[in-house]
Amino acid sequence: MVNATIPKTMRRLLRSEPDLHIFSRLLRINWVFVLLICLLAGVGYIALYSAGGGNARLYAEPQAIRFGFGLIMMICLAFFPPRLLRYLSVPLYGLSIVLLTLVLKIGHVGKGAERWINLGGFQFQPSEFAKIALVLMLATWFQRVSRQEMGNPLRLIIPALLTLLPVMLVLKEPNLGTATIIGLLGASLFFAAGMRWWQIAVIVAPLPFLGKFVYAHLHDYQKARIETFLNPEQDPLGAGYNIIQSKIALGSGGMWGEGYLHGSQGQLNFLPEKQTDFIFTMIGEEWGYIGSLVVIGLLMLIVLNGMFMALRCRNRFGKLLALGITMDFFLYCAVNLSMVMGAIPVGGVPLPLISYGGSAMLTMMFGFGLLLSTWVHRDDPDPETKGFF
Amino acid sequence: MFFKRPRMRSKAPKAAGYYLSNRGDESSRAGKSVFTRRALMMMAAQVAVVGTLGQRLYSLQVTKGDELKERAKRNRISKRLLAPPRGTIYDRAGVLVAGNRVNWRALLMPEETTDLQAVIDHFATIVPLDEHDRVRIEHDQKHLQRYVPLMLKEFLSWDDMARIGLNAPRLPGVLIDVGTTREYPHKELMAHIIGYVAPPNEKDVERDGALALPGMRVGRAGLEETQEARLKGEPGSVEMEVNAPGRVIGEIERVEGMPGHKLGLTIDTVLQSQVLARLGDRIASSVVMDCRNGEVMALVSTPSFDPTLFDSGVSHKQWKEWIDDPHTPLVDKAVAGVYPPGSTFKPAVALAALTSGKVSPTERINCPGYLDMGGVRFHCWSRYGHGPLTMHEGLKYSCDVYFYQVARRCGMEDIKKASESLGLGTKLGIELPHVQSGIIPTPQWRRQHGHHWNGGDTVNAGIGQGFVQVTPLALATYVSSLASGKRVHPHLIKMIDDHGRLDGDRFAPSDLPFTKEQLDIVRGGMFAVVNEPHGTAPAARLDLPGIMMAGKTGSAQVKRVSRAMRESGHFNSMSLPWEYRPHALFICFAPYDNPRYAVSVVVEHGNAGAAEAAPLAKQIMTDTLLRDPASRSTLTRGVVASADFFND
Repeated sequence: MVNATIPKTMRRLLRSEPDLHIFSRLLRINWVFVLLICLLAGVGYIALYSAGGGNARLYAEPQAIRFGFGLIMMICLAFFPPRLLRYLSVPLYGLSIVLLTLVLKIGHVGKGAERWINLGGFQFQPSEFAKIALVLMLATWFQRVSRQEMGNPLRLIIPALLTLLPVMLVLKEPNLGTATIIGLLGASLFFAAGMRWWQIAVIVAPLPFLGKFVYAHLHDYQKARIETFLNPEQDPLGAGYNIIQSKIALGSGGMWGEGYLHGSQGQLNFLPEKQTDFIFTMIGEEWGYIGSLVVIGLLMLIVLNGMFMALRCRNRFGKLLALGITMDFFLYCAVNLSMVMGAIPVGGVPLPLISYGGSAMLTMMFGFGLLLSTWVHRDDPDPETKGFF
Repeated sequence: MFFKRPRMRSKAPKAAGYYLSNRGDESSRAGKSVFTRRALMMMAAQVAVVGTLGQRLYSLQVTKGDELKERAKRNRISKRLLAPPRGTIYDRAGVLVAGNRVNWRALLMPEETTDLQAVIDHFATIVPLDEHDRVRIEHDQKHLQRYVPLMLKEFLSWDDMARIGLNAPRLPGVLIDVGTTREYPHKELMAHIIGYVAPPNEKDVERDGALALPGMRVGRAGLEETQEARLKGEPGSVEMEVNAPGRVIGEIERVEGMPGHKLGLTIDTVLQSQVLARLGDRIASSVVMDCRNGEVMALVSTPSFDPTLFDSGVSHKQWKEWIDDPHTPLVDKAVAGVYPPGSTFKPAVALAALTSGKVSPTERINCPGYLDMGGVRFHCWSRYGHGPLTMHEGLKYSCDVYFYQVARRCGMEDIKKASESLGLGTKLGIELPHVQSGIIPTPQWRRQHGHHWNGGDTVNAGIGQGFVQVTPLALATYVSSLASGKRVHPHLIKMIDDHGRLDGDRFAPSDLPFTKEQLDIVRGGMFAVVNEPHGTAPAARLDLPGIMMAGKTGSAQVKRVSRAMRESGHFNSMSLPWEYRPHALFICFAPYDNPRYAVSVVVEHGNAGAAEAAPLAKQIMTDTLLRDPASRSTLTRGVVASADFFND
């Protein structure tokens, strides 16, 4: 694959494992994982077909095309050696911060928050991308900080700032749900990288007080969300509508569901945002508890597979990157599922690969590409140098 | 460190970093074992979270499934009540007097159009909107609610609908809907009897939820008000599948409601219109009654109003106009107007005297033209007096002094007893709201109101003045009872649906506490009033061959005639301002030998009963006898399917 047109540095970067031919590398890809992802996207296609009221053109087809692009991107990324990824981490992180700043300035307002940015004709959600960029950045940072060095609190200041910057920017959008996910994602990497328990205690202890302070500075609509979550029946047609309707639709599914394309609540539009955030409700209504469990099981398999890849990896960068990407996917799923079941306040968090939406799908596939890359290069040793990259 | 933390730290190689431990091997530098532990902990946490979610999902979908399924059904299925058609009302000949008219209307669904104003403007070019419509639309537009349609135009013709249908693509959100409105084909003719309906207010809706239905109306006056329970009907229901915005997807089940009962009246529409025409533009009221059974054939009060206007709500201006009108068009004077009966009360006084035995019919009482009592002089209407009179003559000449004396002798208690048995001063059971009882005063009644009863009050009451007050309906009941010898109970409803009313016994004539001889004396006196020479109402003599009428005039003063005015010698009540002129009254029944009909006429401020009311009563009686409405009953002939007004 290496030919003369590729610059010399590129060639060197790509040749991190010069003994590995392109085809043997292709074989090294975790095809089980790819299959699971395709299955999940298939579930998404079927659900979106139903959400479109039996019209594939509405949601299912565009989403399938996006998935196709995403799949190609993922396979390509799988060949990126860790070193190249480490080189890319800083510009990607920088780009994500720039985009997050831009979205505050020129962002497209949707549902009371500035979350979208218009990039040459297609809408883009920088906060989705920021998560992957942050994982990559933190993995790059922690790979050179040994477990022993983690004991030094000074070593944690820079990664903490790296995490807090996108969190603050997303909070400013304001998107509490995504900000929380980014924060948790960063925290999970800190934890996996070997943060000391006493350090965790020092950070966690003041959180309740901080929570109070944050609540006092929340936007009214965010407070309303928390309040309606605590008592959704109070305002059944207003802010509590989403939660109540979602629960009703889930419940009407029962054990076996109302049948594909026959969910009354979804098909009659009682479900809000049934093609995006509340797609799982629609699945639950039409496929019942059994169908929902199958979907949850599939999600869980992907998560466990990702965690397995993280554990199997031989280098610290790969471990952390794989764990971070898997955690990102897991947090997406957990937050979305809790949200539709009324367990946490509603926030615009889609169900990855199933919900309709371009930027969430593509960034997730980008992340999976990184994950596969760590798997392909799982046996690479840690770099000898203790340099940044 | 979590499980077995090696606490030993080497102090030696500073260059390797202060925190470097002695476990300096490769795997420890990468923190591999720590990573594995922590990753496994995170996996355990992930499994726990997913397990919790699965458990929660189980409780939502399986445990609470049935309850939530029920709520989902309620979401999906909208049960709507259907307004039942209101009961129709027919007259005694089967002519429709209150019906429901199909009302095609154009509605605009606001959420189905982007530019409301443009659609309205375009609609106006297709179906012209008048000023009233425009004002209403503008008002409704300001109070627009989600999913509540805006009414553009009511009572569309077929042409209008065709034009709207043709232009449908350019009228997004406009749809044609069918409703009903209450229709009174005879407009003001029956307004006081039928009353009117109006949209329910909040209080009505609180009382009966079914009234919140679109198109439901509540009776606000007349029979519409009193017969509300019969006319209302039972609402039906329809279950519809709806989507989230409330748009109907399909119909699941429909239960038709029960339409309201059909009422057949005792009123004869043609006679009613004839009576109305006879009264003309006088402020008057008249009741025609079947004196054998109390069926009210005509009940007219002028001026009247158009009850159709109430259906969609009366404008404030119109309402104010009606309320401020001194001629009170909204008041049914026949049942709610109270008047001193004047001399029409004399037959009752005569009967009271006869039954008490205190006056013999042949006894002559002298009339010198006045009666002095307690320092007050009570005048007879004839300045020169009538001389000694028997009861027959007293009635015939309507001599005031004769009845002053009679009233003095028998006292108010006997007069009250006799008049109440005849239907004066008692609550009448007619099916109309706001029926006044009138008053037959007694010293006791006066005392209850904290006043002293003077002897003069008795004298005044003897000629139907003073505190005595009756309604035209009571007068008709009274003369019917006199004529038939049975106390009749006036009523308006003859049939409910296609059978006679089940509570008809309530309205069966009852016995009177008078003998036939006593009644004959009074009837003879009333016959003389009309038919004998020098009777007070020769103008009321019928022109019909072989039919004689008996009657009694009455002129009820509304303002006391002062001594100075009387002594000036040329007092004429016609010179008084209109509102101070006496009321003119006349009561009569015919035929004399076999009474069938009784008529009472009250002309407000008509001055003299003999001159104003008697000729009117004669005309009304002639109309009645010629038409003979008692023979026109749907009970004997069956319901006339479609009866055209005046085509009978």
